[in-house]
Amino acid sequence: MSVGAPKIPVVVAEVIEVNALIKRFRFVRRDGLAMPVFSGGAHVVVEMDDHGTRRMNPYSLMSAPGDTSGYEISVRRDEAGRGGSLYMHNHVRAGMEMVLSQPVNLFPLDARAKKHLLIAGGIGITPFVAQMAQLEAMGGRFELHYSVRSPALGAYVDHLRGRYGARVHVYHDAFDEKIDLANLLKTQPLGTHVYVCGPKGMIAWVHATARAMGWPDRAVHSEEFLAPPVGLAFDVSLAASGKTITVQPNQSLLEAIEAAGVDAPYLCRGGACGQCETDVLRCEGHIEHNDHWLSDDQKASHTKIMPCVSRFRGAGLVLDR
Amino acid sequence: MTKTEFEPAIPSRPVYGVLHPAVGSAHLFVADGEGAGAVCDALTSAPALKAAAHVIYIPGANGSDHTGALQALGVAQFHRAPSFAAALPRLTKVLADAHMGMQIYAAGTEGLMAQVAAAAQAAGLPYEAVQMEHRGSLARRVQCVHCKGVTENVTLDPFQCSHCGLTLFVRDHFSRRLAAFQGVCIDAEDPGQIPASVERFK
Repeated sequence: MSVGAPKIPVVVAEVIEVNALIKRFRFVRRDGLAMPVFSGGAHVVVEMDDHGTRRMNPYSLMSAPGDTSGYEISVRRDEAGRGGSLYMHNHVRAGMEMVLSQPVNLFPLDARAKKHLLIAGGIGITPFVAQMAQLEAMGGRFELHYSVRSPALGAYVDHLRGRYGARVHVYHDAFDEKIDLANLLKTQPLGTHVYVCGPKGMIAWVHATARAMGWPDRAVHSEEFLAPPVGLAFDVSLAASGKTITVQPNQSLLEAIEAAGVDAPYLCRGGACGQCETDVLRCEGHIEHNDHWLSDDQKASHTKIMPCVSRFRGAGLVLDR
Repeated sequence: MTKTEFEPAIPSRPVYGVLHPAVGSAHLFVADGEGAGAVCDALTSAPALKAAAHVIYIPGANGSDHTGALQALGVAQFHRAPSFAAALPRLTKVLADAHMGMQIYAAGTEGLMAQVAAAAQAAGLPYEAVQMEHRGSLARRVQCVHCKGVTENVTLDPFQCSHCGLTLFVRDHFSRRLAAFQGVCIDAEDPGQIPASVERFK
């Protein structure tokens, strides 16, 4: 199970259809206690019982970090995904009981920055909604550049413009509007940190452009949760627990370990945090490393694996678990 | 004088490299004493940077003054200051007016480099954003942990705190925040038992 404090028992207080692709969910506690205060950029892992299949997906918190009356997340419907977002969209209703993890922040604001430049693509807006509320309360200086497909799919644009006015800049793909990133980065005052959350390509674009313009790496922050990719079924031996398990095509290795009743550490379940890092005792074949955590050398050595997103092809894999 | 080789030390001791001209929209160099040599080497290897380079130079406390060599580089701006304290208002103003993309380089004594890094951090930059190269004197900037006074250019160990007068042992323990090594009273437990001073930092 995950490290740290016990899980949070919640009831779904509200489900709001934000647009054709996105629904917002509000959770309040069942035990009457206050929600833990979190920091902007934090996520929770939402546990789902999808008709017998246990799904645990991380979602960024978008409610105000100091609001202990409830947590809000937004979920974008992913038709091609493994089913977590479809479960949230199709089956989760107000009044349902669910379980959340404690909030964990892998994408915090750097409080030493003089200015925060926030760059969002699509559903990547969610951590920034919480961060902007936090910055506004702290008197922090910030600017949001938010790229959306069309006005109809621009989630929270009106809300954010109403609250933050000219600090919110919106770009519509439908009108061929594009963030002028080179100019934006060139004109930032010294001490600015840039944060990006959105599609993989956008994150890579911001990192590469900032580096080419002489931004220090530590002033460029990003968060990308990976959904565990589907693949071929494979067998794994768990040496410490003396079990051999089969990982199904639409199941992650971590999920298969948990389904076998073996206690394995995790936090983000998206290849970002490093918590589930596991030693490989024997590898006859090829590990498909899908994480952002291990170094290229570690990946090539085939001595470590991140079971939350990575898979295996070959004759045999033995893990120290 | 070339780059200094340091003995392995405790983890708080900063590790210095060699100045590498980096991609950037502007280039701010701050050096003292023999640090001028590192600035000359960097700008001679990348002369295209000179048009966007600003050099702030403080002659060394040991008397080394390479103002002429730096002036001969032909950088966009050159400023000579008698001390770091005298240069700090200019440094702070340059940082306040600059944009992201400006590269910062510090060369010379450990105290100078650490004070430049502290100013850059106060301006919101990560510590790693300042390139550093040690040249010249190993004289230390030391904080007395008892009275909090800072004594510059300490070469002897132990030495007498220039503020409170205690005799201080100079530790390798380095504070990035204060840009100073830590000095602790050497005879706190046996008053008067003070070993002879040795010139440890030349």
